[in-house]
Amino acid sequence: MPRPSKNIFQNTDRTLIWLYAILVIAGWFNIYAAVYDEKHSSIFDIDVNYGKQLIWIVTSSVLIFVIMMTDPKFFQTFSYPIYGLVMIALVAVIFMGREISGSKSWFQIGGFSLQPAEFAKLATSLVVATYLGNIKRNLERFSTKVIVILLILVPCVIILAQNETGSALVFGAFVLVLFREGLSGVILILGLVAIILFILTLLFHKFIVIALIATLLVVIYYYFRKKKPKIFLFIALFTVTSGFVYSVDYAFEKVLQPHQKTRINVLLGKETDLRGAGYNVHQSLIAIGSGGFWGKGYLNGTQTKYNYVPEQSTDFIFCTVGEEWGFIGSLLVIGAYIFLLIRIIQLAERQRSAFSRIYGYSVASIMFVHFMINIGMTIGLMPVIGIPLPFFSYGGSSLWGFTLLLFVFIKLDSLRHDLI
Amino acid sequence: MARKDHNAAKRYVIITIFLVVASVFLLRLFYIQVISDKYSFLAESNVRRIITQYPPRGVIYDRNGKKMVTNEAAYDLMIIPRQVKDLDTTELCHLLDLDRSSFDTRLKKAREFSLYKSSIFLEQISQRSYGYLQEKLFRFPGFFVQPRTLRQYPYPAAAHLLGYVGEVNQKEIDKDTYYKSGDYIGKGGIEKFYEESLRGVKGEKIILVDVFNREKGSFENGRFDKPQVPGLDLTSTLDIELQVYGEALMSNKRGSIVAIEPATGEILALVSSPTYDPNLLIGRIRSKNFALLAADPLKPLFNRATQAAYPTGSTFKMINGLVGLQMGVIIPQTRFGCSGKGSSPIACSHSHATPLDLVGAIEQSCNPYFWNTFRAIIERGGEGGTNANYVKWREHVMSFGFGERFDSDLPAHSKGNIPSENYYNKIYGPKGWKSMTIRSLSIGQGELLITPLQLANQAVIIANKGFYITPHIVKKVEDHVLEFPKKTTNIKPEYFDPVIEGMYEVFQGSHGTARWYMMEGITACGKTGTVENPHGKDHSLFIAYAPAENPKIAIAIVVENAGFGATWAVPMATLMMEKYLKGKVSRPEKEEEIKSANLL
Repeated sequence: MPRPSKNIFQNTDRTLIWLYAILVIAGWFNIYAAVYDEKHSSIFDIDVNYGKQLIWIVTSSVLIFVIMMTDPKFFQTFSYPIYGLVMIALVAVIFMGREISGSKSWFQIGGFSLQPAEFAKLATSLVVATYLGNIKRNLERFSTKVIVILLILVPCVIILAQNETGSALVFGAFVLVLFREGLSGVILILGLVAIILFILTLLFHKFIVIALIATLLVVIYYYFRKKKPKIFLFIALFTVTSGFVYSVDYAFEKVLQPHQKTRINVLLGKETDLRGAGYNVHQSLIAIGSGGFWGKGYLNGTQTKYNYVPEQSTDFIFCTVGEEWGFIGSLLVIGAYIFLLIRIIQLAERQRSAFSRIYGYSVASIMFVHFMINIGMTIGLMPVIGIPLPFFSYGGSSLWGFTLLLFVFIKLDSLRHDLI
Repeated sequence: MARKDHNAAKRYVIITIFLVVASVFLLRLFYIQVISDKYSFLAESNVRRIITQYPPRGVIYDRNGKKMVTNEAAYDLMIIPRQVKDLDTTELCHLLDLDRSSFDTRLKKAREFSLYKSSIFLEQISQRSYGYLQEKLFRFPGFFVQPRTLRQYPYPAAAHLLGYVGEVNQKEIDKDTYYKSGDYIGKGGIEKFYEESLRGVKGEKIILVDVFNREKGSFENGRFDKPQVPGLDLTSTLDIELQVYGEALMSNKRGSIVAIEPATGEILALVSSPTYDPNLLIGRIRSKNFALLAADPLKPLFNRATQAAYPTGSTFKMINGLVGLQMGVIIPQTRFGCSGKGSSPIACSHSHATPLDLVGAIEQSCNPYFWNTFRAIIERGGEGGTNANYVKWREHVMSFGFGERFDSDLPAHSKGNIPSENYYNKIYGPKGWKSMTIRSLSIGQGELLITPLQLANQAVIIANKGFYITPHIVKKVEDHVLEFPKKTTNIKPEYFDPVIEGMYEVFQGSHGTARWYMMEGITACGKTGTVENPHGKDHSLFIAYAPAENPKIAIAIVVENAGFGATWAVPMATLMMEKYLKGKVSRPEKEEEIKSANLL
């Protein structure tokens, strides 16, 4: 429903746009600091990351204009073709892509590389919103559940095949979307229990964990004994959890690759491998931890400047924030992200169209998972999973992907009064 | 849409999840950034490297300003084992020219020393190898290069005097906290004695390094750096040309030459033979060569000039003459007869006119004369008898610096020995001995032990008529002139005149034992000696000084197993004196003959 408009930014949410601009610019300054070298400080050198990032920022602005001028119906109408095209690209890259540190997920175009997985998040969000947004769908129905899970799993599996475990994990974000759209909260509790069992199994012997579960179930049964709980339910619970513990143990020992095992072991404190897997996290903690309350000041971070932290302008960009801007800077960045996420949720809830709302939740959930894993990893609370911090990390695909993700929502939101 | 309204409240669950995660992150950040200081400390140890700056060691000049000891740049490859990662062993071995097993041993040793502190991985890399290494060093995190200086000896001479420099051992570290493992220290000779002047003061520079160990600048503009203070330069008393000349004369012989400037006590040359090239004890080759030298049956490490002691034979006769004069048992005109065999318990093996006065007895080295003098001293009577007279004699003798160590800057030197009365009391019982028992002392034989250095000092005392400045080998530290104690003997200066006259006649007299070696245009005083050697051929010995008026050089020479004093020691002494006084020698053929003689 295009209507004549003098300003393509009419009715857009200024808060989101400002937050976006702040994060992108702050990100660029931190990338500059991460790569900074006293002897080589030209801003417009496209051979270095901050120079390239400038190009990505400019091109992102172009993308924003394109989105703003697009009829929002397009996103809903063409969500399946877009999804299809991206899936094809995801598969194609396995055969045609360039291998970068063990994963085949990059198309090389001239001096730049594109990672289709970054766009799969947008495509999947669109298609899930379109599918679930249809008035006929009901998540309480089994078929709906199966189809929506398939829509999410397909890109996830292809990305796993590219050996990009981190990006694949991000699709777990849709659990939050499904939860909002009617899936029982049990799924979140189950997820939490699964994570706790997973960690316990890795920390202790599986028999200890199973014994613990049994004890717990007996205690609960005893507590509720007056309500006459079904003993069958407890036996089933015990069987399922024990089975889970066994499979975790098996998967960890047999399925995971050695480096993945080490990363998890380092996180759990079972191994301290300061040269190998633990090195990144150790150096990252040193950089952030040495920042103190006020930080060392811009461009004064020694760990940052002298390259002690690997992957500094990409996955470990938060180190620069922590070291040079201290706790205050970290607080502001985390605050900005949380503000952004809550704002998206609020806006999503005010949409009239289910499509826009579901899409909004998808955007918030994906960004949240990135935020949680990325920052959690730099401060040693999450295993080392290489995914970028939205808008902040260096990288064209990631910046383009997140820009598109966010601005499609801003566009949808600006037209929330129109029925689409 | 209405059917989903009941789900709208779930937003709060989701927002709560966001807030919980953010709060956990902030708590964690607050802990690692604000509460714990562990990471600040680790960050500092990551980037700060304290580079010890080793000052150049002081240069040592000879008395004429010629450099005897200089410095050469060398580089120690240091290692901090904790920082080593992704080590390409093959390449580093290749760069350093090490084999794998030696590489592994060094790595193990460094790890055992400390994972966090730096230690020397490979010492003294040459300038050339350093050039290659420096370019590639950034590929080997955990390794860095420490510039050092190595000693260099432009003249391969005076090894015993100069000493050498080596890495400190644990004992030295325990003794002086200035030293850290891997530091260098003077290990002998001048290097050891003047260590504190020569070493300077180590500096400290704090630099920032990146993850590849590349230097990135100074820490806080060098505010916490400590400057290094270069070592002080020394000026030695040695005349290095004379030293080299003396060593050449002594080559393939066992013995020593000590030359001293009488007026100042400055040692001009101090030769001990066999010797070695000090350049053998530099840097990495040192320990290997040291072991070889220590095992050499010719004992090149032994400093004969200061550590060997001999009964000095006839050269001791002047001492007995002087003590006799001082104790009033003779006067210069006193004559004692020498009628060949049987005239005395110690007869002369050569024939000469008789009776001789003191001057003649010295010139012709008459044994009975000095036996009679010695007997007169010991049996002079008076309170205490023999014992007291011997004590008096010994006291006078020791005032010449015999039987004691000099309070000097010399390397390890022996006291020699002037036997005490208790020594004889123990052997013969109190009153069980008299002059006859110890008659050998009268002609410098028996239990008497004197080092070549002390012997040269004896020539100094005679030249000075009764005093000496403690012999020493360094005269100046930078511009500060060192002073050494002046010692005066118990002998009145005028008593030296007849002794000097006698020694003058040794060269200039018609019967003098050194008359064949008179130098052109230089008058000299001297005295030959032959040291009886029960183990083999006698030692040839000579002391002298020149010019006779206003002496500039006093010298003592011992050539072991060389027979009669006049044969080797006298020509050597005259060549040395000529060389020093005139800069060249007038009898090059004699010089060649001596240099090429092999008496080993």
